[in-house]
Amino acid sequence: MNHDDRIKELLKQALPPVESGAEPERNLWPAVLRRLDEDTTLQRRTASFFVPWFDWALLGGLAVFAVSFPAMIPVFLYYL
Amino acid sequence: MPDGASLELGTVPETVLQRFRQGDLDAFETLFREHQRPVYGWILRMVRNTAAAEDLTVETFWRIHRARDRFQPEYPFAPWARRIATRVALDWLRAQRPEVELTAEMAGTLPSKSAGNPGIAAEIREKTALAFSRLPASLRAAAILAVVEEQPHKEVAAALGITVGAVKLRVFRALRLLRKDLEKQGITP
Repeated sequence: MNHDDRIKELLKQALPPVESGAEPERNLWPAVLRRLDEDTTLQRRTASFFVPWFDWALLGGLAVFAVSFPAMIPVFLYYL
Repeated sequence: MPDGASLELGTVPETVLQRFRQGDLDAFETLFREHQRPVYGWILRMVRNTAAAEDLTVETFWRIHRARDRFQPEYPFAPWARRIATRVALDWLRAQRPEVELTAEMAGTLPSKSAGNPGIAAEIREKTALAFSRLPASLRAAAILAVVEEQPHKEVAAALGITVGAVKLRVFRALRLLRKDLEKQGITP
């Protein structure tokens, strides 16, 4: 028996092979359904809070404009 | 040698696979019922912890459902599911600390084939298991599947998404590092 065979044998003794046909102790389907539900709920929440980037850019531009030229705010509001 | 056929996943009609891809929950449940046992068994072989294997099986099927658009019904479902299960198990192995990882194994809670050779002292077995748990997760996965579980290299390679040569290399490196670690602890295999 060479070095590799001995170390393999030692490894098999330390970590015995798992028996074939091992089954989960509980029904996992409800847990899978819960996980899918959580995912769907999260997606809905994310979608409801989602604002396109160009809306944020426009808002940011307006804020910068308002800070840079505060005197223009009444004029801007007048033309709205 | 473990029964390789027992790891073979069953087959389901192609219509079920088509419906699964379109998001049909009944089709997904059919696939789950058909494949949960082999997927669980594969994960258990890798993580060697029954509670974690159950949670990771749930995680695997959740990922399978999320990735259904990428599934190609003309190809078999089982190897695809096994690849995803392998990735999930590897992520778990990477996140574990060695001393945590061995608790289930040391407590003897795993449904193993043999209780171990009484000729090899329990202390040596524990040190070997601990040294093994210190190896990188990718090497451990290859070694446990190919050496301990005696799965064909081709199947291990497909599950890990690497070549057969790479599996052999990982096994070689795992055994070499394990031997070095044991030698440092005064155990000469």
